[in-house]
Amino acid sequence: MVFKDAALSPQEMPVTTPVPRQHGRPHPTGTAPYAEPALPKTIAARRGVTIERFLIEDIALTEDPLSENMVVLNIGPNHPSMHGAFRIKCWLDGETIVKAIPEIGYLHRCFEKMSELHPWQEVVPYTDRLNYMSPFLNNVGYCMAVEKLLGIEIPKRAQRIRVILGELSRVMDHLVCVGTNLVDLGALTNFWYAFRGREEIYSILEHVSGARMMVAYGRVGGLMRDVHPGFEDEVRAVLKSIPGYIDDVDRLITNNRIFIDRTRGIQPLSATEAIDWGWTGPCLRACGVPYDIRKAHPYYDYDQFDWQVPVGTTGDVYDRYLVRMEEMRQSLRIVEQALDDLPDGPVNVDDWSISPPPKDAVYNTIEGMVAHFKLVFEGVQVPPGEVYSYTEAGNGELGFYLVSDGGGQPYRIHCRAPCFAIYQNIGPTLEGHMISDIVAIMGSLNIIAGELDR
Amino acid sequence: MAQFVADNLAVRFGEGVQRVSDDFGDLTVWVDRSIVHDVLAHCKRDPELRFDFCMDVTAVDYLGLGGNPRFAVVYHLYSLSTGKRVRIKSGVPESDPVVASATDVWKSTDWFEREVYDMFGIRFEGHPNMKRILCHQDFVGHALRKDYPADLRWKNPRPDDLVDEISPQEMERMQARVRKGLSD
Repeated sequence: MVFKDAALSPQEMPVTTPVPRQHGRPHPTGTAPYAEPALPKTIAARRGVTIERFLIEDIALTEDPLSENMVVLNIGPNHPSMHGAFRIKCWLDGETIVKAIPEIGYLHRCFEKMSELHPWQEVVPYTDRLNYMSPFLNNVGYCMAVEKLLGIEIPKRAQRIRVILGELSRVMDHLVCVGTNLVDLGALTNFWYAFRGREEIYSILEHVSGARMMVAYGRVGGLMRDVHPGFEDEVRAVLKSIPGYIDDVDRLITNNRIFIDRTRGIQPLSATEAIDWGWTGPCLRACGVPYDIRKAHPYYDYDQFDWQVPVGTTGDVYDRYLVRMEEMRQSLRIVEQALDDLPDGPVNVDDWSISPPPKDAVYNTIEGMVAHFKLVFEGVQVPPGEVYSYTEAGNGELGFYLVSDGGGQPYRIHCRAPCFAIYQNIGPTLEGHMISDIVAIMGSLNIIAGELDR
Repeated sequence: MAQFVADNLAVRFGEGVQRVSDDFGDLTVWVDRSIVHDVLAHCKRDPELRFDFCMDVTAVDYLGLGGNPRFAVVYHLYSLSTGKRVRIKSGVPESDPVVASATDVWKSTDWFEREVYDMFGIRFEGHPNMKRILCHQDFVGHALRKDYPADLRWKNPRPDDLVDEISPQEMERMQARVRKGLSD
């Protein structure tokens, strides 16, 4: 066992209770490896385990009781069609999957632990890295949760801008999902159509926030800054062009025989099953459940816009594609209405203990300077309590459970990632499908590793 | 405010419901650890409550706040038919961090509970596959505990062959298939 190195002495780390492996072959070392007592705390002391020893350990682990007879195929963690780092181990009979077990955690970056070490405002850039296909929606989800804890309502203009950019982010998310799903299935052309629309939205986000992908544009109490003067024209231009790209994909794919053959009836799921597995978002709606938080529990005036929730019937890959295509059109409808009704005014709450005072006040008044100083050094002071706040993100219900002890830093942040629930049943539902179906299924579930592993 | 949810649980479980609060508009029901599973099953199956979604399972380490018991497991439930939400909380002592698993009530709790085990070391009794999920199998300690240093990391020395996740019945089924002869 590699860790029993003479150089490594036991330390006072909390020792976990030994948990025997539940079933199957016992671990080669006889005990569960994570029950090993105590490794040194410092990273320096743990260097010295050489790569050769890892390799020897690997070879000892490759005896799989079924590998004699069944082909074992490891898909991932890095594979061109996986769009992120996760692994599925498949036991195959010919090309049919007999058993599939997913393994996740390759992109685990301790979002929740890191959040506990930062002031409330500084968590916002971390949330960008959750679902990095629609970062602004994560900003909104997180900021809404903190605002709920603070008991504040952000100005109307900020709400509308959050709706506009949030819905554009959703369109972007769905465009990437549909585009990459199709390119995995061999339909390369659609990829260019879909990504062209995405690039145009990226340009708007870049103009607004300075970053194309990791926008970090949301702030507790409003937004980073107001949008630029030409914002409305840019959004209107995008509203004109994107339906064209969606229609291009639609005309090429929706009635395409090859696409239908490869997607219809693939990983169907009943509504009851989907609810039981905790599915939300487009994947749940494809199963026929019209649960959309924007309709069920409207926030930011979503109930005042005229739009509809598309639902599927069978919940298979084809239905998910259809639901996403329609959702993009509905999102654009919302953007159009929000843009027509974009009020003037501030984009941050008028409270200097939450939003920084204007620069004029900082330089010329003592109150402004003190408020600025305290915000920079101590951060937003959030009252003690706990809240669970939820928004409709690209993949479904994005929930933030916050616990505050009344200080300038979160005591605990938990992110309820929609992908995590959606990806759970990939193992059981893959059984009986072909290898090539994995690509279609993975693409249509739109699993984002950043959100899955956090 | 979903008062009927609190009333329903109070009528059904009496003393087992320790505390009910409605801070920030989120209904929170503290229940005794011994009845967590019963409460959850009741929440799902009771015709009045019908909490068909288990949205989330997580835990909080109250070490820094002097919590006694130290941990709390947190369930967030949602009912599609009534549109109500409830948060079920239950204290878990450090000396015996075990809670009954809810995997037989909602399938979605499978990975949620594994994550709680991984991050806090709270084990869920009756879970079919109580194994770390986000951290690798050679990770020592539980990262979201407040006494775990944030800069401490462990090398992952080996890939996981995942064979231990195959249940005996599954293994039997697969071996039977091999014995019968594979298709090619």
